[in-house]
Amino acid sequence: MQSFPIQQNIEKRIGKATLLLFAFFFVFIMPFLNFFTSPESFFHISDFTLNLFGKFLSYAILALGIDLIWGFTGILSLGHGVFFGLGGYCMGMYLSLAIGSSGVYQSKLPDFMVWNRVKELPFFWEPFHSFPITLLCAILVPAIFASLFGFLAFRTRVKGVYFAIITQALALSAWLVFNRNEINLGGTNGLTNFKKILGFSLQDVETQRFLYIATAVTLCLAYMICKYIVQSRAGKILLAIRDSENRVLYSGYTPSNYKVFVFAISAVLAGIAGALYVPQVGIITPGKIGVLPSIEMVIWVAVGGRGTLSGAILGAVSVNWMRSFLTSNYPDYWLYFLGGMFVLVVQFIPDGLIGLFKRSLKKILSLINR
Amino acid sequence: MVVSKTILFLEDVIVSFDGFKALNNLNFSMDKGELRCLIGPNGAGKSTLLDVVTGKVRPDQGRVILGENIDLTRLKEEEIANTGVGRKFQTPTVFETLTVRENLELSVKQNKRVMTMVFKSLKNNSLQSVDETLEIIGLEEKQNNRSGLLAHGEKQWLEIGMVMVQNPELLLIDEPVAGMTDTETEKTADLLRTISENRSVLVIEHDMKFVRELESRVTVLHEGSVICEGSIDHIHNDPRVIELYLGREKKIA
Repeated sequence: MQSFPIQQNIEKRIGKATLLLFAFFFVFIMPFLNFFTSPESFFHISDFTLNLFGKFLSYAILALGIDLIWGFTGILSLGHGVFFGLGGYCMGMYLSLAIGSSGVYQSKLPDFMVWNRVKELPFFWEPFHSFPITLLCAILVPAIFASLFGFLAFRTRVKGVYFAIITQALALSAWLVFNRNEINLGGTNGLTNFKKILGFSLQDVETQRFLYIATAVTLCLAYMICKYIVQSRAGKILLAIRDSENRVLYSGYTPSNYKVFVFAISAVLAGIAGALYVPQVGIITPGKIGVLPSIEMVIWVAVGGRGTLSGAILGAVSVNWMRSFLTSNYPDYWLYFLGGMFVLVVQFIPDGLIGLFKRSLKKILSLINR
Repeated sequence: MVVSKTILFLEDVIVSFDGFKALNNLNFSMDKGELRCLIGPNGAGKSTLLDVVTGKVRPDQGRVILGENIDLTRLKEEEIANTGVGRKFQTPTVFETLTVRENLELSVKQNKRVMTMVFKSLKNNSLQSVDETLEIIGLEEKQNNRSGLLAHGEKQWLEIGMVMVQNPELLLIDEPVAGMTDTETEKTADLLRTISENRSVLVIEHDMKFVRELESRVTVLHEGSVICEGSIDHIHNDPRVIELYLGREKKIA
């Protein structure tokens, strides 16, 4: 369906305006309504809801990354839970150390180490006393890990479903590793019972509100960076790789370099998302790393609409919103619902919710124009 | 007398797949600025020859030299492309979600590293050669259309344009007129003649009428070796060629 340039222009403007409106809503209005309205008011947003959306928005950052690699470059990764977990565990280690000796055993070591009779803090925990280094690690660890993994996989030209399978194997093996007590990351129970971040109590409403705003702002920044990348000439190469990798290769590009680049960027976004998620939810366990969560993340993007950045955000927020609604009201049916939704979207709206929105907009506009 | 220089030189090249010799002691050479057609029955090794030249397949034995001394057997695919060998695939392969213009802008000769592509925009002289190419392939009007929406023949021209805009010394063109109408075929022949004015072009083709139209030297490949080379008329009178290949196509000849 090709519409007239003028109408395309209007469509673009409406899209942009909607996006700005949403950004404004999430960054300013939500915390404003939470802070300034009385709990009885219709417009009030509870602390609980705000915290919930903080979680959703951190998922949205991760979804942007998955969209870059899957939606734009056409490479399906079923292992992004690992990168989310790496970022999350970095933050979790900082928060565990920030408890200090006010834990159950009043030891300087995190509680689980006391149970496991660990006498001294393992060396790799040391850097996480510092908050800036923690943030740096939440970015660098996923970046380095993804670059290495991507380099090995893409250099040897592992493609398509084979790449999806080895990333799934990665998710499974990471899950197994993080479940072990010997690696001193809390085993199955993960890291939890956090008390403070930068000296501020995590139980404080103020702190949680600040974390929410930080997440919303980070999401906006992440969106802008992703937008810059996909609109740059490198972004066109990503689409070109999706269309025909061989043509890219014989046009003189090294597709594997582009793939490693985009895989690393998407891993960094996942890591940042994990680091923002943990202080808001208060726990990180191997359960967040495995095969299942990794697949769910891909479903968010599919439902929202892959290949468009706003679709990824829309998918992450809407699916998780529905999830929290359904799991509290109909806990037994959630997974059926998720599976059903995936099937429906793939069958009937392959361009996702955002595609549905765009097509309706197009129809309405052409009706008005007539 | 013009001293002709060689652009492509293959010597004793052997490529075998599981014991089957796709190229069997192949010797082949092409002059700078030449337009050459490569014909031969299915399985004669035509596409394998292109694969060897573009680095997709490594020969088991033999030399593959571009220009005076560039050993193509040591370079990777993208390095060969950047050194000056452009390849058009058998089936039209363009980036369907991008516009015609974007397709050419990606292909144009430029620094193709990731960070350059992220941060820098295209240089003016590159934009100019994109414009020129659009004119040559006759797709100026459609430059902002998604290339996936082009007709089959237009896609073929776009891909030829994408190879041209890389500014290669040698163009390898695999079956450019397969599935084209007669008018489209004629236009393609014109296009190839224009390109070959200042470049070397190697065309693989089945369509004998088209080969005749190109008025070029013809090389006949059979079972991985060259069996005959010369003008189209010379080829038609060679008894081995008649026996092996043209026997079935005498009507056309």
